Amino acid sequence: MTAGVITTQEQPDQAGVAPFGPKPRRTSVGRIGLYAFLVVAALFFLIPVYIMIVTSLKGMPEIRLGHLFNFPVEPTFQPWADAWLHACTGRDCFGLSPGFYNSVKITVPSVIISIICASINGYALTFWPYRGANLLFGLLVFGAFVPYQVVIYPLIIGLSSVGLFATLPGIIIVHTIFGMPILTLLFRNFYAALPVELFKAARVDGAGFWRIFFSIMLPMSVPITVVAIILQVTGIWNDFLFGIVFAGRSNWPMTVQLNNIVNTTTGVREYNVNMAATILTAAVPLLIYFVSGRWFVRGIAAGAVKG
Amino acid sequence: MQRSWRRRFHLPAVIGTIPMILVAVGVFVIGIGFSVLWSFTSSKLFPNYDFVGLAQYRRLWADSRWLVSVNNIWFFGLMSITCNMVFGYLLAVFMDQRIRQEDLFRSIFLYPFAMSLIVTGLVWQWVLDPNLGLQEAMRNLGWSSFSFAPLVDANTAIYALVVAGIWQGSGVTMAILLAGLRGVDEEIWKAARVDGIPTWRTHVSIVAPMMKGAFATAFVLQCVGVVRVYDLVIAMTGGGPGIATSMPAVYVIQLITVRQNVGQGMAAATMMLLPVLVVLAFGGLVMWRRNRQREAAL
Repeated sequence: MTAGVITTQEQPDQAGVAPFGPKPRRTSVGRIGLYAFLVVAALFFLIPVYIMIVTSLKGMPEIRLGHLFNFPVEPTFQPWADAWLHACTGRDCFGLSPGFYNSVKITVPSVIISIICASINGYALTFWPYRGANLLFGLLVFGAFVPYQVVIYPLIIGLSSVGLFATLPGIIIVHTIFGMPILTLLFRNFYAALPVELFKAARVDGAGFWRIFFSIMLPMSVPITVVAIILQVTGIWNDFLFGIVFAGRSNWPMTVQLNNIVNTTTGVREYNVNMAATILTAAVPLLIYFVSGRWFVRGIAAGAVKG
Repeated sequence: MQRSWRRRFHLPAVIGTIPMILVAVGVFVIGIGFSVLWSFTSSKLFPNYDFVGLAQYRRLWADSRWLVSVNNIWFFGLMSITCNMVFGYLLAVFMDQRIRQEDLFRSIFLYPFAMSLIVTGLVWQWVLDPNLGLQEAMRNLGWSSFSFAPLVDANTAIYALVVAGIWQGSGVTMAILLAGLRGVDEEIWKAARVDGIPTWRTHVSIVAPMMKGAFATAFVLQCVGVVRVYDLVIAMTGGGPGIATSMPAVYVIQLITVRQNVGQGMAAATMMLLPVLVVLAFGGLVMWRRNRQREAAL
């Protein structure tokens, strides 16, 4: 209310009077120092990736010369092909591609299931709170802060007792469990900000729990669902710990295979192949990051805010 | 009793939230309960119920690997959180000076956060590799005595982890704090300038306290990251050289998978849970008091 009043008062004022203070000078010692700091910081963030890209395009003889920063003399995409198809993880030499497909098989269902669960949770908590629901929610949020190591072993025992340990459904369940606290929080905060009248009007018209959810709430949840998808896809794709513990050898995601390729190679270390493999593993989340832009920031910010 | 029984236990709502009930109670309450329970037993590869009292905790605190891990997590946590906050705030302040190419700089600072900690760890492992990385590059540039190989020295390896942590995390801190800075009213700056308060003073005394929410968000995110530091350690050093960069998260997983000593592993996990519980209890207390004050004011 008050904000609206202030802006209407300010508008003619801003239109009529010149901006306060002297016009900032374009070049001053301060500005140069500012840009120098930003450029140095940008180099700190960019150099490792620059090294990775140029190294992945060099042949091994060229790498052994040790000119880390030099551009490849004879650029080759062979390391990329090797990383994708032939690099060895332990005994198998099928490259990263099986890991990529495993990651897809793990990520897609995990994201869908966890978002469905969380949106229903958030909706029920906001509009249909039953006795004890808030206590359950409190426990769930508490779970978001618990170190994974405290619950991993009981989960191993629990999943193996129902025969799901080291299976694809098993790792999907694990990702759904650990995604639930943050996502439920996200959806609950979103629904709590919607006007209650919307819900009341639907109730007066005789709509029930599921009817209101599917006809009213779900169509309105598109923006928050996008945030949730970004949060979950990058989170699950980047996961290593759950993948190595719960997925089982045949379902190991890309991150686990990457670590195996790089850190357990016997014989000659093929740095160019390793770096190509690393870039390939980072490609999916990076793509999401560059495409989604500010939604990504909103997602992580929303994911970190509690209450 | 204005509310009917149906309203209090609306069946579809209960059915719809069954996954939440299962996770909240089944995983976070019963699961943690079992972890704590097993920490008092002599469980080896499989859990058993042969209670041995505090014996596992005594063995844990007599294990040098655990003591090193605990030291490391404190050192890593304090170093990386402090550096990330300071560096992130500096970046945010500089980004807020109406600079050119702001979107480009923002993308550059933030992109490491989109990548897996495994990737981050491997990237820095190579940059710091003595035969391939910065050391060799500097020597090739003619500086033959240049020596910079933090990862192979047990005393410096943890600093390399901190650098990788900063590389990965300071961009997010920047993004969150920048959002906080942008949320501060322009009028505040104008008023401070009129009063002749120097810019740094305005930052420290006026603007920073107004950004409490943004600082808290960034801090919580950092803390969660520190606890999850497992991936970075595995990819970058594997806990080495020796046990120099072991962390509690790595220690617990090792005990239950490689060393097959579940009892002691669960004792270590319980020790990890303890500080989290204390912090959460404190946070809950603060929230509860604030709510009560708000209710009293109404």
